[in-house]
Amino acid sequence: MNFEALVQHLMFGVTLGCLYGLLAIGYTMVYGVLRLINFAHGDLLMVSAYFAFFGIAMFHLPWPVSFAIAVVLTGFLGVLIDRGAYKPLRRSPRISALITAIGLSFLLENLALVIIGGRPKSFPMPSLFEGAFIGTGIQIPYLSLWVIGITAVLLVVVLLIVHRTRVGMAMRALSRDVETVRLMGVDADRVISFTFVLGSALAAAGGMMWCMKYPALEPFMGVIPGLKAFVAAVLGGIGNVAGAALGGLLLGLAEILIVAIKPEWSGYRDAIAFGVLIAILLTRPTGILGEELPE
Amino acid sequence: MLRVLSLVVVMCLALAAPSWAADPIPVGALLPMTGVVAAYGQMGWSGIKVAHAMEPEALGKKVELKLVDTKSDKVEAANAVSRLIEKDKVIAIIGEMISGNTIAASDAAERSQIPVVSPTATNPIVTQGKKYIFRVCFIDPDQGRIAAKLAKDELKAKTAGLIYDISQDYCVALAAFFKKEFTQAGGKIAAETKFKSGDRDFTPQLSSIKSANPDIIYAPIYYTEAALIAKQARDMGLNAPILAGDGVQAPELIQLGGKAVEGVYFTAHFHKDMISTERGKKFAALYEKETGKPLDAFSAMAADSYFVIMDAIKRAGSSDPKKIREALVATKDFDGVTGKISMQPDGNPIKAMVINKVKDGKFVYVTTITP
Repeated sequence: MNFEALVQHLMFGVTLGCLYGLLAIGYTMVYGVLRLINFAHGDLLMVSAYFAFFGIAMFHLPWPVSFAIAVVLTGFLGVLIDRGAYKPLRRSPRISALITAIGLSFLLENLALVIIGGRPKSFPMPSLFEGAFIGTGIQIPYLSLWVIGITAVLLVVVLLIVHRTRVGMAMRALSRDVETVRLMGVDADRVISFTFVLGSALAAAGGMMWCMKYPALEPFMGVIPGLKAFVAAVLGGIGNVAGAALGGLLLGLAEILIVAIKPEWSGYRDAIAFGVLIAILLTRPTGILGEELPE
Repeated sequence: MLRVLSLVVVMCLALAAPSWAADPIPVGALLPMTGVVAAYGQMGWSGIKVAHAMEPEALGKKVELKLVDTKSDKVEAANAVSRLIEKDKVIAIIGEMISGNTIAASDAAERSQIPVVSPTATNPIVTQGKKYIFRVCFIDPDQGRIAAKLAKDELKAKTAGLIYDISQDYCVALAAFFKKEFTQAGGKIAAETKFKSGDRDFTPQLSSIKSANPDIIYAPIYYTEAALIAKQARDMGLNAPILAGDGVQAPELIQLGGKAVEGVYFTAHFHKDMISTERGKKFAALYEKETGKPLDAFSAMAADSYFVIMDAIKRAGSSDPKKIREALVATKDFDGVTGKISMQPDGNPIKAMVINKVKDGKFVYVTTITP
């Protein structure tokens, strides 16, 4: 592999990793405050993509308006999911909430299937993101650069919220001890709602970039990215925002580079990527940036 | 008074009529209405419905269609076929549209001795060693051979890059047949890459094809992936012509692929511009009237499955599945929508093949190759 090809592979790997990372942050934040794997999170990517699609294609809104509406609606949907499905189960065994999350995921997918149908739709690409950087032996779509840039900005914003604001402090406190936080007079439910808004909005941002990069909207489009993002969150150390982004990057790079180095193995890329994951978790069970378990 | 009385009598007779009519003949439609190949199932179903409207009866009884969705999944396909046979008591089945699902569904049908006619499952294994499994399409060894010939003669290719889906029987086999024929004809496979259904990022595969710099890309895959692959290839500056198989002939290819799929060549079952039979002309007109869309390949093939079954029922003079099977094997020079169909003893017909290409956002007919 020559230098140009390597640069191209790295760019594509980082782009894919950014998309996984954005989704993984949502997983990790919800897990942090609720100790719940929100399996419906991947489907929010699909829902947000349809919101944006209908905004542009049916209501003929300009794309920035449509994207903004999609982010807001998806954030709202996240809260709705929490209030409707998870809040009544706060005091139930954790496994009940987990099963509910899986059920919700199926519900969202099948609702989309009934309402919109199973045939894939194209996503209208705003002209701002079109085109490609063409160099000698290398061609990189501008969209890749946008994805990396937007993800970096969003990551910084989320890290600032989590580490520099009062609600962020409450989120971190909740992940340590729910009861004590309640005793300190913090409205835990509001903090949880905020977590869902933030996580879902990030999923929405990821969803729209996903659709521009892979323009085939269908009801099950969130399943695979959702699973990969979950893996990324665990890989980075679940509960840790920077870890989720790092896990996403590593997974994206691994998937791309494995195929790039050994094209004959391209059919087994998931197997190899997940093999790497198992190896990392065997040596570091709490993930790369996860806290050490107490003895 | 008499008039009122006679009216009452007539009305009573009219109301009683259904109880005289014989039981309808149930025919199953086993189709992927949702999932990764939903477009085939939905096109197929609209074709079957129009075919049913054109020929709603056999042996003086009404034909009743029973649709089940396979969700484009092998396990669901196997369950769905059992439901058609055990619950709906169908006497023949149209379906599935793709090879992997037809293979998965065929065991139960073979065991229960219910004839199955697949519109477009092209993998040779589909009918192999099965008495009750038929199809109305050509098979992949032929498709691979024609594709290799097209690559060598029309596209003047000496080297080819391969990309296909390793989780689909159709894609794996067609890629293998093309590879064999193309290398035998003196061509060279410069790069061979694979992916899995549901994958959305093909950039590393395409990069490795790009560095091998082949004359053409052969992509024997389904429409969604084909569209995304074309797009990602063009985005990274991989501009070799793309040659594909019958699986790409869905409107989604053009909707999702846009400018990137312009110039894609493919071997196919049908194009409405090649219609040569009376039945084809009548069906195409009715289809356009009923659905408001031009007749597509998968609708036409599914309709032919229906017509072939109807023809077999009539010749058998019975709705007994075993007799229908005997009549199906004996199908000879049947004028279908997509051309003449003669069944061979192995359940595969002798069928012409069509070459199409994408031009100005439309599927355009290039030529027909007769066997």
